[in-house]
Parts: sequence; C-alpha cells; structure tokens
Amino acid sequence: MKTTQILIAGFGGQGILFAGKFLAYKGLLEELQVSWLPSYGPEMRGGTANCNVIISEQPVGSPIVTSPDVLIAMNLPSLQKYVDTVIPGGQIYVDSSLIGVKVERTDVQVFYIPATAMAREQHIPTLANMIIMGHLLQNNPELSFDGTQTVVEKLVPPTKAALVELNMKALTLGKDYKA
Amino acid sequence: MAQRILMKGNEAIAEAAIRAGCRHYFGYPITPQTEIAAYMAKKMPKIGGCFLQAESEIASINMVYGAAAAGMRVMTSSSSPGISLKAEGLSYIAGSDVPALVVNVQRGGPGLGGIQPSQSDYFQATKGGGHGDYRMIVLAPASVQEMASLTIKGFNLADKYRMTSMILADGTIGQMMEPISFEDAEIETYEKPWALTGTNGARKHNIVNSLYLKPEALEVTNFERYERYKVIEENEPMWEEYMMEDADICVVAFGIASRVAKNAIVAARQEGIKVGLIRPITLWPFPKEALSKAADKVKGFISVELSMGQMIEDVRLATACKKPVGLCNRCGGMIPSPDEVLESIRNAEKGVF
Amino acid sequence: MAVVFKKPNSLTDLPFHYCPGCPHGIIHRLVAEVMDELGIEGKTIGVAPVGCAVMAYDYFACDMIEAAHGRAPAVATGIKRCRPENVVFTYQGDGDLASIGMAETVHSAARNENITVIFVNNAIYGMTGGQMAPTSLPGQVTQTSPYGRDVNHCGWPIKVCEMLSTLEGPEYLARVAVNNVKNVNAAKKAIKKAFQNQIDGKGFSLVEVVSACPTNWGMTPQKALEWVESDMLPYYPIGVYKDRSAAKEDAK
Repeated sequence: MKTTQILIAGFGGQGILFAGKFLAYKGLLEELQVSWLPSYGPEMRGGTANCNVIISEQPVGSPIVTSPDVLIAMNLPSLQKYVDTVIPGGQIYVDSSLIGVKVERTDVQVFYIPATAMAREQHIPTLANMIIMGHLLQNNPELSFDGTQTVVEKLVPPTKAALVELNMKALTLGKDYKA
Repeated sequence: MAQRILMKGNEAIAEAAIRAGCRHYFGYPITPQTEIAAYMAKKMPKIGGCFLQAESEIASINMVYGAAAAGMRVMTSSSSPGISLKAEGLSYIAGSDVPALVVNVQRGGPGLGGIQPSQSDYFQATKGGGHGDYRMIVLAPASVQEMASLTIKGFNLADKYRMTSMILADGTIGQMMEPISFEDAEIETYEKPWALTGTNGARKHNIVNSLYLKPEALEVTNFERYERYKVIEENEPMWEEYMMEDADICVVAFGIASRVAKNAIVAARQEGIKVGLIRPITLWPFPKEALSKAADKVKGFISVELSMGQMIEDVRLATACKKPVGLCNRCGGMIPSPDEVLESIRNAEKGVF
Repeated sequence: MAVVFKKPNSLTDLPFHYCPGCPHGIIHRLVAEVMDELGIEGKTIGVAPVGCAVMAYDYFACDMIEAAHGRAPAVATGIKRCRPENVVFTYQGDGDLASIGMAETVHSAARNENITVIFVNNAIYGMTGGQMAPTSLPGQVTQTSPYGRDVNHCGWPIKVCEMLSTLEGPEYLARVAVNNVKNVNAAKKAIKKAFQNQIDGKGFSLVEVVSACPTNWGMTPQKALEWVESDMLPYYPIGVYKDRSAAKEDAK
C-alpha cells in the first residue's frame, strides 16, 4: 500500500475530527504509520472544521495534506474549497443529503452518500460521519472492515459505552450502502 | 516493543513530564498549547502532584522558579506571547542556576500575532528573550514521539546543568496525533544540595539568588556559568542527518519544517537531485560541527523556516559562510508546502540560492 | 551570668545595611524572634523582595530565595506547593507588593495560599531613592511627586488590608506599626499569629507593618516616627481587618 492522504472537512459538530481519529486508529491497528492533524482555534467553535489523516507504510513526512488521495466533504463550502486539490484518480465522498451539486471532475471517483438523511432515519443523527467511514472502508480493502469494533471501543469513552453499538450500526450502514 | 498509542503532541509532553517525575505544573491558558494544562489538571491530583492555574504567565514562571528552588522537577508551558511574559522569570532562573522545563508551542507573531504554527521565536529561545548573559538548552521536536522523548531529555539536562530546558515546538506538532510509545524513558536523577528544604539546623542556610551588587562577583559567576555552557556545547548537540551521504545540497530545517523538507527531498531525489537534510534537534547548543563538516562537501545550504529567517544566521555562522545559504520560508502561521521547498532545491541545483 | 538580651538565632551575624533610623531592622528582628519562639528556623524558607529589603536573604538564617520585583507571593506559592511541611514567608515593601506585584498579592490571597506575608508600608520607594509609592499619601512630596501627590493626576493610595479584606480567600489581615514600644509589641503578636496560622494550616496571613523612611522622607528618625503617628496612621489605621478563625469562634 502506498501513502494515503485523507482530508475530511465539514462543519464543527459533524464529527469531522472523530472520523479522522477513527481512520488513524484503524491505520494503527493495521500496524501502519499514521498522523492526524486537526484544524484548531476559532474554527473549532462552530465554523468549519477539517482534519488531515495520513496512513502509510513509510514514516510520515509532513502531516499536512495538500493533495489528498481521499476527500470527504460533509458540506458544500468544503467540497468547493477542496475539490480541485484531490489528485487525479483520487476518491471524493460527498454527503449528498447536504450537498446538492455534483462533482464536475471526471478524473476522480465520486461516491454520493445521503449520510445525514440515513443517519436521521436510523435515529443516529450524529453519526453521518461514521456512515461515510463505513463506505470508505468498503471501497479501500487495504484498510479493511475487520477490527472496526476494536477501534470504536478504543475511541468511545467507557462512560458512553452504549455508543459503540450505534457507531457499529452506522459503519455497517455505510459498508452496505449501494448507490 | 511497548504498545503504540495515538496521542496529541501536547498530551505527549504532559504524559512524558509526569513519567520524568514532574509533579508540579504552573501555567496560564493560551492557544495552541492548552492541552498540556488540561492533561495536567486531570492527572496531577490523582498522583499526588500539583496543577495550579496561575493568575498570569508572569506568576506561573515565578511559581516555577520557587518550585525549582525547592528542588522539584517542575514545568510550565505557553505559546509565543506568553513566553514573552515569562522572559523575566527565565532570566532569574538562569541567574539563580535552578533547573526547570519550559515549553513553547509557537504561534505566529509579533504582537498577538495569530494562533497558527510558527517558528519565529527561534531568536527569543536561542539568543535570549530575557535580559543578561544566559543560555537555555533548546530542544526542537519534529514528531509526537520526540515531544515525549525530548521532554524527558529536557528534564534530565536541566537537572544535570542546573538551567532551563526549553521545548521549542509549534502548533502543528502540538496539535497532531501520531503513534507513540514510552518504552525507553530513561530518567536520570541528580543530587540537589543547593535546594531550599529548610536547614533543619544541620547546615548553613541555602540562598537561591541572582543578585550580585559587586561587579567582580557577578562577572565571576557569569564566567563560571559560561564554562558550564562550554561543556554543553561540546557534549550535548543533537541532530539528524537524512540522505546526507552523497548530498551536494543540504537542507537545514527543524520541527515541522523538517518534515515538509523530507517530502521535498524524496521528490527531488526522484528527479535525480542529490539533496539531504540536517535537522538540528538541539537549537542551542546548535550542531555547528555537523554543518561545518557538511560545508566542506555540499555546494550550498537551504534553510527552511516558518519565520522571516532566523536559524539561517546560525547556519551561516556554523559554516563560516564557506558556502551560500538560501532561505525557503513562510511565516505568520503559514507553512511552506513540499512543492515550495522542492522549487528551492531545484534552484539550488542550478546554483541559485 | 544571665543573658538578658541576645540576637535571635534566626538572624545571621551579618550587620544590616539599612539607613540609620530605618525600622527594617526592628521588623527583621520581630520576624526572627517569632521564628525562634516557634522553633521553626530549621524548616522556614523566606522569600526576599526587590527593594530595600532585597538582601534580607543574607540576614535571615533560614533558607532564603530572592524573587523578582513583586513576584514573591508567586515564588512562595511554588515553594509551598512543593514543600507544604515547610514554613514559607515573604517580606515585601509597598512598591513590590502593592504596585508591580499587586496581581500576585491579590491572587495568592484569593487562593488562601498557606503562606505568611510581611508587608512593610513606608509610603515610598526607598531603594531607588524616594519615588512615589502606591501607598504614598495625598500631597506627599517624593522625587516623582515633587509638588505633592496629586490624586487627580496619579490616583489615590491603596489601602491593602482594607482591599484584601473584601476577598473570601485570606485567613488573616492585620495592620500594625513600629513607631513606639507599645506598637512594636503588638506588631510582634500579629506577626507571630501570622506564622502560627500557617503552621496550623489556616492559610494566607498578611501583616502590614506601617513603617518609616527617614532618609527619603527627609526627616530625622525621631521626626519620622512622629509623622507615622500624625499622618500615616490616620490614613492607615492599625487593626485586624480579617480573622476568619476568630470570626468563626465568635459566631459559636
């Protein structure tokens, strides 16, 4: 596996940083090199949030993602801001319940997932992020779906153990989603 | 192999400090280092330590001064504007020869500046900041693992030489998460017969002090301190060499800049350009010898910095201007991209520095 | 032969450098006598200020540290948090404690930091040669208020005990004077209480000692003591401004 640079972007409160942590832990579980870099500062307080994750077989150089292999856009401003930075042949995941437009580029793979609507229907309204993560794992067999339960258990604080099951539900929904 | 866990750089500093035996932390909130205080606030009460949020950066560094004089491993952390406020205390700590660890997770300046990553406190850390003739050991981590290992090293060196060790990090390394393990933590301990413990009627009183009204006495004290600094300059420089064996261009960068530089070097090597990296890990003592040796081999240097060019002066001094030294920089919270560094390398290959 | 008068053990043999007639010598002695009487010299750590008492570290025989201007309460906090079993005191003047170090003073009081603060108020900066202090009286002539302190221009003097007494935090706040024998004896009692409070774990105890500066006031020592009585004490009345434990006792 090569080095995979992932950029996750959306609003504060959509679980952008959590989704990034999930991927970083997944990489760690696969005994790969990983880095996770959040946007920080006033952006954390309600504005846009983004997070850079790098998963690699080699030691990670710069942790800053400038040309992502994978973009996860969870709102329109994020898609517009980053769509052209994705490398040709890269993947873009779009939360199509929040983003009405289509990606015009033809040199990338685009996955439209109505994650926010699906999450609401399934009474897990805060877990649209994990639905997209589930779909991402499904499309990237080198990361694999195996062991996700372990990763989620690591991420969810013991006081909120009930969330493990809900996160797994969201991940599975994403894995099984067919456009 | 010890278990690898994911941790933020700032948290790694806090955890490493606790493992190094630090049980006293005094600080004041400022972005982007506040995770250190938060971690300490959570952990210290559970292990019999003391976390205290001071009324100001000035008060916190003076609490550190008191605790250090009492013979304890003690630390504070802040970010650029806060370090300016601590400068007074740093000078007193130096003048009184007590050991302390101070963390600066740098942000852009001058003034209130910004909150994004920067390396523009290089001068402040390595050349002074506070008043008077003094030095601090300045350690520049480039990974979360080094945030931890250099914190432990910093405590050891501070105690060994009775002075301040500063961790000069930046917002990126502070905020990012990477895998880390705490397996090799080597904790050194030193006797502190000078510490304020109470005389118990058993010895003459200890005085921790930086005042010498007789200039002859102050001069002697400074001379003695600089003898100690000389030993440090001989024994403690740390640096990493990356692809330097056959290099004829040498990039010099520390912290986050060195990681960007590595990406650019890999790309340049693919174009057939023989370029390598010298990464100073101690900014003071600066790894002069490594650079001086490189100057005899390479055709020039590129200093990559998140500042208007501060370390570049030390690169020129260390190489005695034998070879040209170019600058590739961004500032104010901006970070050079690997492409920008690559462009500088390509120019250097053409002889343009 | 019976010894009727001797130097306290808690003072070193070094002669004081203070000006003739300066009450710092008396106040040092009171602190040292209290340390002797409480038997705490061996476990006391003192914090010297910047100002005339800067070299207090040479005079007190206990362990000593020299703090930056105004920072003594922060330094004392650092020491006390590391060594709660030791007795920690600061010795500060008015410029140090009530001007540049006001934040440290107020916050250590608000935290009820378990330290003892000896605050020497002589209404002037002595060490630097007689400039206006935060406690200089209205109309007082100093080097930097040569026409007398004009309160419309540079504000009013700060009454430290009164101000701190508005805080929940501190345990004990008292103002004393050293201008006559009766007041000196009372001052010693207050200082002793301020140390005993710390030993008993009661918290922040500050004794403001209204003092004099004959040299910079431009007076003979005798005249200066008279001026304390006639001008200083009406503005800075002697008394206990807060005594939490005593108040609790009364409430019972």
